[in-house]
Amino acid sequence: MKVACPASLPEALTMLSAEPSAIPLAGGTDIMVNWPQRLSAHQERYLDLSGVMELRSIRWTDDALILGAMTTYWDVIEDGQVAAAFPMLVDAARQVGAVQIQSRGTWAGNIVNASPAADGVPVLMAYDAIVVLESTAGRAEVPLADFYLGYKDLRRGPDQLVTEIRIPRRSYRFHRFQKVGPRRALAITKVGVAVTCDGDDWRVVANSVAPTVCRCPAIERRLSAGALSGPEDLLGPIRDDVSPIDDIRSTARYREAVLARLIYHTVQDAASSLNPHER
Amino acid sequence: MIVPALDSAMTIEFRLNGEPISIDIHPAERLLDTLRYALRLTGTKEGCAEGECGACTVYLDGLPANACLVPTVQVRGREVRTIESLDGATLQPFLTGGATQCGACTPGVVMTATWIRHHPEILARHSIRALMAGNLCRCTGYDGIVDSIEAALQEDVIE
Repeated sequence: MKVACPASLPEALTMLSAEPSAIPLAGGTDIMVNWPQRLSAHQERYLDLSGVMELRSIRWTDDALILGAMTTYWDVIEDGQVAAAFPMLVDAARQVGAVQIQSRGTWAGNIVNASPAADGVPVLMAYDAIVVLESTAGRAEVPLADFYLGYKDLRRGPDQLVTEIRIPRRSYRFHRFQKVGPRRALAITKVGVAVTCDGDDWRVVANSVAPTVCRCPAIERRLSAGALSGPEDLLGPIRDDVSPIDDIRSTARYREAVLARLIYHTVQDAASSLNPHER
Repeated sequence: MIVPALDSAMTIEFRLNGEPISIDIHPAERLLDTLRYALRLTGTKEGCAEGECGACTVYLDGLPANACLVPTVQVRGREVRTIESLDGATLQPFLTGGATQCGACTPGVVMTATWIRHHPEILARHSIRALMAGNLCRCTGYDGIVDSIEAALQEDVIE
């Protein structure tokens, strides 16, 4: 194992451009799992970001919340301003693991690790987050919804470092993240979904039901088209949008059925909270 | 371009249990192994090695972390505290409350529980059970642990 330890962002970018195969190391909560058994991982080169102070910040601009790439789940849980504006971030952070993981795991690491079951990604995507990438050649921005090309296939060049996650400030009429797993803490998601409603636009983002966390445009169109008579109305759009599989955690059939019910009940709750007089 | 990468022993400095130390480490070393094998602080236990069980809980800059997932190289310049830094009296509520049986999880449980005692303000937003969710115990069924923490918090208020 070789570890480069940059002390500033320019130094990190220079190191990465000289050694583009180096793996950026943030909180280590994915990279270090079962470390003693993973001898091939010991042969890789790593770029330790823990000394890059520029990446450790939560800031606000007039139109966005900006999470530096080393922002942890715990940082967000403890930030009342973030919780007020983007409550799903706190909901997801609380479900991503217990405090020992929340204190170390980063949002950017969750994006780049690109697990289909990532719990931090659906909520960021449903808030239209933008991934900010930097290299010695310059800066690029990619909407998170376009960041995944396929399983673990990212629109990130090998010399690019995710430096920020930018979340547009908007007033949402409704937002909810739900995760189904065998246990509340520390469990990998069987099926999860983040739903936001902004004006009349729905955003539905599902995890653990496709090779990547993904927006669900057919479901979104169905929700905009009018009231649902039951969860079964969503099964067609669900099959257009996602492709769940049978694996050790669940089955495709269970995932489809539960996704339909999660979205159906979410929309019912949204309808009663958006139109309180119709209750 | 020469990248100053490090693949052999390197020396790092950090604060351990309140004292500054300097130590030679291998870059692929986990904090858990540095503590147990290089520093002989064997109070921190290895359970699952994948960040689930919490037996290896230490404080990194004051927050609980799983030492099995921390590359030691990342603690340079930082503050690490282990179970050895806690006062023996910290254990009393657990002994009184029957919160320990086989003992494998106990150091991690005591670390997280003591962190809660030191920061009771976080209980405004988090339940004890949620905060303890990262410490698995196969013996006690958790009630003894949660009751002991509640009893300790009561004592802290009275003191």
